[in-house]
Amino acid sequence: MRIAPERIEDAAKELYVRALKDLPPDIKRGFATLAARETGATAKAVLGTMIENIAVAERTGNLLCQDTGIPIYNVTIGREAEVDGVALKAAIRRGCERATREYPLRSSIVHPLTRRNEHTSCGIGVPVIHVDFSDAYAGLKIEMIPKGSGSENNSWLRMAIPAEGIDAIRTFVIDCVLGAGGKTCPPTIVGVGVGGTADLCVHLAKVAATRSLGSRCADPDGAELEARLSAAVNLLGVGPQGLGGDATAFAVHVELAATHITMNPVAVNMQCHSARRASALLTADGVEYGY
Amino acid sequence: MAHHEFTMPVTEAQVRALVVDDTVTLNGTLFGIRDATQIALFDRGRATRFDLNGHAVIHTAPNVKKVAPAPAHPTGYAPVCVGTTTSARMERFTRPLMAQCGVRVVIGKGGLGADSAAAFRELGGVYLAIIGGAAALETTWIEAIEDVDLDDLNPESLWQFRVRNFGPLRVAMDSRGGNLYATVDAAAKAKRAAALAALGVGSGSPPRF
Repeated sequence: MRIAPERIEDAAKELYVRALKDLPPDIKRGFATLAARETGATAKAVLGTMIENIAVAERTGNLLCQDTGIPIYNVTIGREAEVDGVALKAAIRRGCERATREYPLRSSIVHPLTRRNEHTSCGIGVPVIHVDFSDAYAGLKIEMIPKGSGSENNSWLRMAIPAEGIDAIRTFVIDCVLGAGGKTCPPTIVGVGVGGTADLCVHLAKVAATRSLGSRCADPDGAELEARLSAAVNLLGVGPQGLGGDATAFAVHVELAATHITMNPVAVNMQCHSARRASALLTADGVEYGY
Repeated sequence: MAHHEFTMPVTEAQVRALVVDDTVTLNGTLFGIRDATQIALFDRGRATRFDLNGHAVIHTAPNVKKVAPAPAHPTGYAPVCVGTTTSARMERFTRPLMAQCGVRVVIGKGGLGADSAAAFRELGGVYLAIIGGAAALETTWIEAIEDVDLDDLNPESLWQFRVRNFGPLRVAMDSRGGNLYATVDAAAKAKRAAALAALGVGSGSPPRF
């Protein structure tokens, strides 16, 4: 089936606004879980305000958070979908720009040297567009993530060495969570990339941070590591907004890639409590929106 | 843990009465300020026509909509979504904000550093924690955008909001040395060893991961 660029443009526009307004159900469940087991009085109140905000956003039709983020579009092309790849990227860019101008959204994107804001949410290399292929979908899937800067500003890479072992990974994650404190808008999803090259490792951390809550690392050893890290970071007491409490993170997610015999890289990227994402599946029959 | 109702601007004595874990609700004028705003004011020597003396600033850059100027929207801007950004990036501007502009109250998320804490002590100021990411709720506390300056920096303009029942906000850094972030940070660092032990760091034995 051929997917026309006009349909991709409309979906790209719609997804940006949807993602900013409608928190995925797995994140809402994550809030309920954290609130139920929180023991700190301040933290309970802070979590209560965050949950109230989700309800206010739904009731008023407003954005959850003022930060429109760096727009990221993850495109997955299924076996039966045919698309002009060059037109696809241009269509996503147009959709992102239209969402910004027509809603209107705050354009959070500036040139990195001149700091000039074109008020389009677009710039050199932005929106970030990743294209991959999968047999999991019959059509073309687009996931949109408006990645907030408070959490993105707390991103780290450490090129540890094999002699430091897995202890280097464990220690690094704990120290990143301590270093971030309240700046990342906790409770967060702590994304950890392990292995690969330097750039792949950082990319994996982002994939991990933006995965749905309840999902597991596909590798069993990675899944065990993320479960243990999830428990450990919530021993620290950083708490929601860094004001103290049990709920420092919804979860730690780990993504792995094979690496070189001399290397032991680890990266951390965090997702704030407004862990926004939206997706669209474009098929011959139409478009289906989800998370 | 007292609650305070502030109609802005406030006096030094009002601010010095606040202690950590008190709560404050603001009414009246609130100024929105951000990275580029403060770089312009304090690094590039630009001036504002606004009088910030005794006022509160919030670390923000709102989503706004251009509308026809009317009594409800005197600047031709209507608020769409007004939230709060991470304060730590703007740490070095707290002291000049207070010393040069007379600001008494900084509202933000995530806290400020040691020099801001010292400025609050020496000059009489306070940091109020708002809940970051709760912008839909925060927007309901904004009545209007009354004025705007340095608007070539949009969205990082210097915004003048009129607010109603803005809060309650938690006093997280006071003028007496109280600092909730420093307390939480020290307590969290003291738990580092226990967290690493739970992960088996240094044991060299199972659990493997």
